[in-house]
Amino acid sequence: MNKLAKLVAQRLALGLLTLWIVSLIIFLGVELLPGDIATEILGQTATPETVAAFRRSLGLDLPMHIRYLDWLWGVVHGDFGRSLANGRDIAELIGGRLLNTLFLATVTALIAVPLALALGLLAALYRNSLFDRTINIVTLSSISFPEFFIAYILILFLSVQAGWFPSLSNVDPGEPLWERVYRVALPAFTLTLVVVAHMMRMTRAAIINLLASPYIEMATLKGISRSRIIVHHALPNALAPIINVVVLSLAYLVVGVVVVEVVFVYPGLGQLMVDSVQKRDIPVVQACSLIFAATYILLNLTADILSIVTNPRLLHPR
Amino acid sequence: MSDDATGPVPHAPERGIPEDEELIIEQAPPERRSRWAVMGREFLRAPWTAKIGLAVILVYVFVALFAPLLTPYGESEIVGMEFEPWGGAFMLGTDNLGRDMFTRLIYGARNTIGIAFMTTCLAFLIGGAAGLMAAAVAGWVDQALARIVDVLMAIPQLIFALLLLTIFGTSIPVLIIVIAVLDSTRVFRLARAVGMNVAVMDFVEAARLRGEGLGWIMGREILPNILPPLVAEFGLRFCFVFLLISALSFLGLGIQPPTADWGSMVRDNATLITYGDITPLLPAGAIALLTVAVNFVVDWFLHKTSGLRDEH
Repeated sequence: MNKLAKLVAQRLALGLLTLWIVSLIIFLGVELLPGDIATEILGQTATPETVAAFRRSLGLDLPMHIRYLDWLWGVVHGDFGRSLANGRDIAELIGGRLLNTLFLATVTALIAVPLALALGLLAALYRNSLFDRTINIVTLSSISFPEFFIAYILILFLSVQAGWFPSLSNVDPGEPLWERVYRVALPAFTLTLVVVAHMMRMTRAAIINLLASPYIEMATLKGISRSRIIVHHALPNALAPIINVVVLSLAYLVVGVVVVEVVFVYPGLGQLMVDSVQKRDIPVVQACSLIFAATYILLNLTADILSIVTNPRLLHPR
Repeated sequence: MSDDATGPVPHAPERGIPEDEELIIEQAPPERRSRWAVMGREFLRAPWTAKIGLAVILVYVFVALFAPLLTPYGESEIVGMEFEPWGGAFMLGTDNLGRDMFTRLIYGARNTIGIAFMTTCLAFLIGGAAGLMAAAVAGWVDQALARIVDVLMAIPQLIFALLLLTIFGTSIPVLIIVIAVLDSTRVFRLARAVGMNVAVMDFVEAARLRGEGLGWIMGREILPNILPPLVAEFGLRFCFVFLLISALSFLGLGIQPPTADWGSMVRDNATLITYGDITPLLPAGAIALLTVAVNFVVDWFLHKTSGLRDEH
């Protein structure tokens, strides 16, 4: 048990270190900006006095390490500074959108995870059958499709031709829950199609890998039915890799969400980030990248720790 | 009695054995014909998915190379009204500015594939060289490179690309360099991992004792032995880079107008989809078809060269 705690603590420390270095990269990246940020925003015609005043208001006259510590202190306390484009408080700008993005990701996960596990199990169970090969080709294709292609196909068929779902998902926090779920249906389906392919293929691989081990052969020789072997014997041991895959796919979702939000004009964090990149609104881009990167790192860390914790060999040290 | 033990080593027609193919290629360099014959035979035995994939790739390359000869109009020439329907003078109608859709699709092949290909090559140059160096030198160089790559990989690629494009602006050279650097991390991981296995072998040791330089050991001793996984990885990385650049262009942050490019073509004409017009799906479908084709070929290639990695 001691060894386990030590391993987990090690991973946690490593994760926090990575997070800190990433914050450093995101901050220093902006320092590399060719030219001066103040002249960049005010334009070439600004007088030196205005530029100097603007620099002071941004705190650019302070040395770099002080500004970094200031920024980091603010971020840790939920203060990301102000947007350059409209002067609004970034934390306020991000708050609702982050919730929207998390809502979309949760709905997607609730559809995708059970679906992927079921499909993966079935594909492993009926390996090399027509079903397995069809699924293989379908998933290989859907991995290769750009997200916006899937999104527009769904819009064309389910929204324009069938008229079942709205093609724009502009949600309001005031709406009742099921109304919001209905509105995010299409973006959630799109993301599901993208994520299920990865999860399903890895689930299948993990189960097939296990089915080759001797204790499964033993169970087969005892005459237990194939479905019972998979559910009772193989699945518990396949849990660790599968949990890993699920969490990593959720991490993948964090990135996939950006494009899908833009297609469906969904008021989420990805949309905000893309808009800000176009306007070169650097503080907002910094804040968004930091949130995305932190989520990604934390999910990876979770996958790492879960795979340690669910490993029976580490749980019962000799 | 007379016809044995002459000529090159006979090729035992066994499928799925990785060393087999490699052996033939390595042992019979003077007879190029036999090498091509082996490849031809392998190809005939390939599954239908790989054949279709290869055919599609060849068509794309042909279209990209001969774009000016195949198109009726200029790349960004405004030739009609906005959003004209299919048929008549414009086979696939016109886009949001009245440019011929068919012409732009063809030129898009040239631009999008060309830029993605250059980016992948650059990524392999950087990542491959760094990975081979880490494998050949080991020690602190290896450790330092691996740690840097770990940190770079901790940030999702699309997000990192967006951040860097904000900082450096969006132009094609910047785009190529930024994505190549970000993607070289994956190449580095693979090149280092497979290079490590070769770097500890006796013939590398022999080359070291012989006094060969680092460049020779990297290029002539290790590289030829790790080529098959790297070639397969090239296909996969190309797909990934291609999709990433398309996504960025779709977001309006990649290849900038008036250059014809599939990602931005989808974005520009997306409004048509709400009228049930499938025109915006054509460039998106073109992207999807190429990535599927490359994936099918890579899948087959991986299967041939021992299925080093089944998953990606």
